[in-house]
Amino acid sequence: MAFNHKHLINISDYSAEDITRILDTAASFRAVNERRIKKVPTLKGFTVVNMFNEPSTRTRSSFELAEKRLSCDTLNFGGSSTSTVKGESLRDTVQTLCSYKIDAIVVRDKHAGAPRKVADVSGVSVICAGDGKHQHPTQALLDLYTIRERFGRIEGLRVGIVGDIGHSRVCGSLIPALKIMGAHVTVIAPPTLMPAAPEILGADEITCDLDAALPELDVVYMLRIQRERLEGAPYPSLREYNLLFGLTEEREKLMRPEAIVCHPGPVNRGVELDDYMCDHPQRSVILDQVYSGVLVRMAVLYLLLGGTDNGVDA
Amino acid sequence: MTDTRTVKSVCMDADEIERSLTRIAHQILEANHGASNIALVGILTRGDLLAHRLASKIKQIEGTDVPLGALDISFYRDDFATHLSPEVHSTDIRFDIDGLTVVLVDDVLFTGRTIRAALDALSDFGRPSCVQLAVLVDRGHRELPIRADFVGKNVPSSSHENVRLFLEEVDGVSAVEVLEMAPGDRAGSAPLGAEQPQEKEA
Amino acid sequence: MALMLKNARLLDPQVGLDEVADILIRDGRIVEIGHDLEMPKGIERDLSGKIIVPGLVDMHVHLRDPGFEYKGDIESETKAAAHGGFTAVCAMPNTNPVCDNATIVEYVQRKASEVGFCRVLVSGALTQGLEGEVLSEMGDMVAHGAVAFTDDGRGVQDSGMMRRTMDYAKQFDRVVMCHCQDEGLVGAGQVNEGECSTRLGLLGWPAEGEELEIMRDIALCRLTGCHFHAQHVTTARGLELIRAAKAEGLPVTCEVTPHHLLLDDSMIGEDYDTNYKVNPPLRTKADVAALRAGLADGTVDAIVTDHAPHATYEKDREFELAPFGMTGIETSLGLMLTHMVGEGVIGLNRLVELMAVNPRTILRDERVAIEPGSIADLTVIDPDAEWTVAKDDFCSKAQNTPFVGWNLRGRATDVFVGGYATMEDGAVCSTVKK
Repeated sequence: MAFNHKHLINISDYSAEDITRILDTAASFRAVNERRIKKVPTLKGFTVVNMFNEPSTRTRSSFELAEKRLSCDTLNFGGSSTSTVKGESLRDTVQTLCSYKIDAIVVRDKHAGAPRKVADVSGVSVICAGDGKHQHPTQALLDLYTIRERFGRIEGLRVGIVGDIGHSRVCGSLIPALKIMGAHVTVIAPPTLMPAAPEILGADEITCDLDAALPELDVVYMLRIQRERLEGAPYPSLREYNLLFGLTEEREKLMRPEAIVCHPGPVNRGVELDDYMCDHPQRSVILDQVYSGVLVRMAVLYLLLGGTDNGVDA
Repeated sequence: MTDTRTVKSVCMDADEIERSLTRIAHQILEANHGASNIALVGILTRGDLLAHRLASKIKQIEGTDVPLGALDISFYRDDFATHLSPEVHSTDIRFDIDGLTVVLVDDVLFTGRTIRAALDALSDFGRPSCVQLAVLVDRGHRELPIRADFVGKNVPSSSHENVRLFLEEVDGVSAVEVLEMAPGDRAGSAPLGAEQPQEKEA
Repeated sequence: MALMLKNARLLDPQVGLDEVADILIRDGRIVEIGHDLEMPKGIERDLSGKIIVPGLVDMHVHLRDPGFEYKGDIESETKAAAHGGFTAVCAMPNTNPVCDNATIVEYVQRKASEVGFCRVLVSGALTQGLEGEVLSEMGDMVAHGAVAFTDDGRGVQDSGMMRRTMDYAKQFDRVVMCHCQDEGLVGAGQVNEGECSTRLGLLGWPAEGEELEIMRDIALCRLTGCHFHAQHVTTARGLELIRAAKAEGLPVTCEVTPHHLLLDDSMIGEDYDTNYKVNPPLRTKADVAALRAGLADGTVDAIVTDHAPHATYEKDREFELAPFGMTGIETSLGLMLTHMVGEGVIGLNRLVELMAVNPRTILRDERVAIEPGSIADLTVIDPDAEWTVAKDDFCSKAQNTPFVGWNLRGRATDVFVGGYATMEDGAVCSTVKK
């Protein structure tokens, strides 16, 4: 069966079957990652460029490990050395990269829509690793993988996403992905951190009352307060944010016994999560998410780069 | 799936398959002086089922349970770039292969590329003292210097033909068939349960 | 020299004219209108099947000259104007240097008189450097011919300062035109706030960022008595505020653009086509419907293009990095004929008011009518011409418009400025003759 996609740019382009295929493939890569030799020769000879036009440590490391464990040659491009700093346009940068004869580009950019542009200009497979406040599809996939590992399913689960919905590209992919897979999504945030129209992302319920929402949830997904992306100050203080929207030992009493806590990292301890919740041995799956990231990214690379016919017609 | 296959001949029926496996089990035990240091690793899909049958036979003959594993070679193929991402099945080797004699089990030996990939995959799990190869059918046309240690039946075939094993466990009927290759077909194992062996026309 | 335009349908709501007749022009002015006119010698043009209307005026264009000649200059963009059927444009002051003093007013006028393909009316900045802090020398600019004042491109943020500009401009009987945008609400907004901004992960530009300033400037109009003209109105509520101000009898006028009448924010897709990036942004379908209603009921006074040429490389960027604006002067008439007149939103008479009559009134320009004695600034329209908007058909230096590929019906074929053709049979042929 062919995987009929060339790019992973917007999670809404994928069907439930596509997403399930990725998660199943990721599960196969789990076996590889648990061997002494955590590497397979599958993508030997493929060159993948990690084009990170915005600082990123976790996502970049995760992609790099995934690529290396598939035997890709990787080129890290960007950071403070980006050509854009020198005034080169994105088009010229991408065309330059393509002259190196590459097979795929992983794009992180602070501007929404940049991955699509990279895809249009380059003609090679493009994987979005986060663009502005728009999309972060591999994050959504690793979240789904983690949730499915714990519950054995995604359909019918009640997922609450708490925090900076409005400035979050994680939400831009996660909410639609959860809806595609049949979950029920509640977004919980102060109105100043809510996007203008959360319902069009797919949110079923919109509330600013965490305490009222918590008892219903199977998955409590805490978002990071992105201090670097806040135009104007949307809350009076971190203290008050923690008071109203922090998941604390006290609030844990409101949670269902089997409910889990997710966070895309890095955590602001004492703001969205306290130490107790962050390190909770049963509930916190934050480190599982990090591990899932490598598996899911291996699966995405494997499926997208699988064959020259891909994306044409299969 | 539109079934456009043309069955040219059935070269082994269920009984013949059983008899061949019994013989191979004896040969494995004879060559290795018993079952004490051997493990069976079947190549997905269907080699694992043959390995399972061989293990039962060895248990009947020697009374010993030999370690049994399954190996998926999707990640080790050398034709990845020219074919659509193969569907991945799970490798399942829950024992340490270091120092063992590993008998790789596959259904049909053809170009040798699957075995090459399996050897690579195996070496990422450990360092066996010896690797042997058991196949139910050898149809020739080798593209690599690979030879089976234990062969059920040699089936001369044309490169325009597919030789495929069907097993009762997954396909409902056991048989080895020679099929005319339809355009777009790839040589190799039949998809699990996706195609049923056809009744030979009277 | 004499020019005779024969057999066209003459249309001018100012004089209640709508009939097939001939026009005789001499020395730049209309001398006679009638049937079967004859002249001893001169040029005669048979314009059967065409419609002649008073010359069109686009009172909101960016000629980019001086300072941004790589985007467009007075020659190229007035040529585009003639190609679009216009006899005059009003140039916005956000050039480099800013047109906030008489020297730049004179520069634009002089260059237009040398290389221009249409008349160029010059608007000056309200405040020095468009900074919103110090009044510009409006008196000197008026003495040198400035017709209006605006800080187009941004709003004057401080209410006290805005009041001062209106108080001051009033003594010269000039309109104060406002780009209504509250910086605090709009910030770095990229697209209409709502579904569009959420879907695309872009910062929102809320309707209220425009409406608040319209509301404030209407209040200041009431306070100062100065004529206030709201530029490129885009929202239903903004238009409603203007409707109410007009009903109150305040000297308030407004304009809308073809793109806000024809495009909405749902059209900005996952390809992030920067040709849809305009300021103010494309709004909702409901807003588009309200603008069309305002066009029909008289609330809207003028159709303008906000013609904003940009170099290809400037638009070929990430959406957030690309500049705002699209070109429009060569597509405006065709779009309005096809979609506003053709779809029955307004009639031809109303179109002439919106694109020729009212702009002159607002800018205190000399009346142009199809009557003896009037300046012979005329636009000839072929209402049946079928054409497709194409990049290689533009006279502008720029091609940044999402209307490329649109099939239209109706366009200007001939344009006369002061009795001389600037466009003939669809081809721009001459600069304005003195």
